[in-house]
Amino acid sequence: MAPKDETRSELDERSGVSRRFFLKTVGAGGVAASVIDGLQEALPHAQEAGTAAAPAAIGPGPVPITLNVNGQRLSLKVEPRTTLLDALRNHAGQTGNKRVCDRGSCGACTMIIDGRTRYACSTLAIEAQGHDIRSIEGLAKGTVLHPVQQAFAEADGMMCGFCTPGFVMSAVALLEKNPHPTVEEAKRALDGNICRCGTYVRVLEAALKTKGVARG
Amino acid sequence: MKAFSYVDAANEKDALASLGTERNQVLAIGGGMDLLGMMKDYLVQPVRLVNVKRLDATIARTPDGGLRIGSAVRLIDLIEHADARRMYPALVELAEQVGTPQIRNAGTVGGNLNQRPRCWYFRNEEFHCLKKGGATCFSVNGENQFHAIFGEGPCHIVHPSNLAVACLAYGATFRLAGPSGAREVEAEQYFQMPDHNLYAENVLQPNELLTHVTLPAPMAGLKSAAYEVRFKQAHDWPLAFATAALVMEGQTVKSARIVMGAVAPVPWRANEAERALAGKTLSEETAGRAALAAVQGAQPMSRNAYKVRVARTAVTRAILKAGGMKVV
Repeated sequence: MAPKDETRSELDERSGVSRRFFLKTVGAGGVAASVIDGLQEALPHAQEAGTAAAPAAIGPGPVPITLNVNGQRLSLKVEPRTTLLDALRNHAGQTGNKRVCDRGSCGACTMIIDGRTRYACSTLAIEAQGHDIRSIEGLAKGTVLHPVQQAFAEADGMMCGFCTPGFVMSAVALLEKNPHPTVEEAKRALDGNICRCGTYVRVLEAALKTKGVARG
Repeated sequence: MKAFSYVDAANEKDALASLGTERNQVLAIGGGMDLLGMMKDYLVQPVRLVNVKRLDATIARTPDGGLRIGSAVRLIDLIEHADARRMYPALVELAEQVGTPQIRNAGTVGGNLNQRPRCWYFRNEEFHCLKKGGATCFSVNGENQFHAIFGEGPCHIVHPSNLAVACLAYGATFRLAGPSGAREVEAEQYFQMPDHNLYAENVLQPNELLTHVTLPAPMAGLKSAAYEVRFKQAHDWPLAFATAALVMEGQTVKSARIVMGAVAPVPWRANEAERALAGKTLSEETAGRAALAAVQGAQPMSRNAYKVRVARTAVTRAILKAGGMKVV
């Protein structure tokens, strides 16, 4: 069986050095990168010969990419198979958006790309280059919450909180386009997000009570 | 998922040059909504992906007054296209029902048409089913409540694309580009039953790309609609649905194309229903009779007999909705 992907280890969070601490301090840095670079050397290149007319293929080893995340340029080195979500969580220390189903089903990874909500778990990082990416980290200004975040806090729109970043991003995308949605419009805009605790009523309340959302 | 190399094709020529002849070795990636899930579950393990999002992503008028839709057009762009909605309402309404906002924001027209079946045995890495080269279709003696009610097998998937159903109803043609040129294939000829092709759901070869969907100009008097019956409003596929394209003269149906979805391994054209409706005055009764004719040949499996009734209702309501009548 093929080896499972790198972030299966996300499940493994025990005492001592936490996975997040480890990834944040080491994973994005030199150690992991140099090991992977070594592996890339060993990969056979024969299958990449292709036909003479074919444009060049990149990978499968890590390749340099540049992402525009929350208005900042982010230079990373990731494999073509790395998703936008994993690139930000595991290679850039931005763990705000969550990896839950990893299949484009739950919405916890929802980011806004070029003004529209997208599942970051089902978007290749390499394909997110050249686009305007906004994640949950980009909303608060210092200690001042974004109006949608503030509304979620006031409406108590969360229980365990794992789905919250995705819901907030979906609500932001909705309200930037349609500042006064009807209940039906809000429900439809939040269709792509799931809360297993079931706090949908409060999430909807938060989305509807938010005032003064403008792209800023 | 398994590591792969990546080609960012600038145009059709580059994309075609990057494909290969062996199935599932080099795959085109559009929105990736289906493909990446398949790869994460190790159902396909391509050595290379070819980005086809930079191919034609426009919706253009054809000389005859129809529309030509590039495969790279995203569902959200189709949904927001005023001409498409006015001319082919069933197609756009079905696009609106796909998955979730995030999926519609990423997914493409080509990807929707070419997505792989959602059969839970096919999707489960642990089941080496007929479609994956195994010896058994596990749905036959298994959990088949969402499987086909038409077709002789040996595989009993239902086709997952809802745009495909509207494409048949509107008489669309697909442009397939390959190494030795392009060919136009009628939507009805594009999709293939499992007894003809077990390992793919259509005639597209591994070294070909579906690049355009051409919809003919709506005929005078064309009235069309789609009706889906769903268990869940989002995040799901319909239990059964239907598209009706009626050419009307007053309240009389001159001719009709009725196509059902989620009932067979391909979009299922209901010729009997079309004949039952032709020449009739549109009413609840004539629509109901056509719907009864549509499901006449159904052969439900052990747990999906209910779908016959659901499909029948979908056909009745699609016809009434197309005719601008009240849908009960």
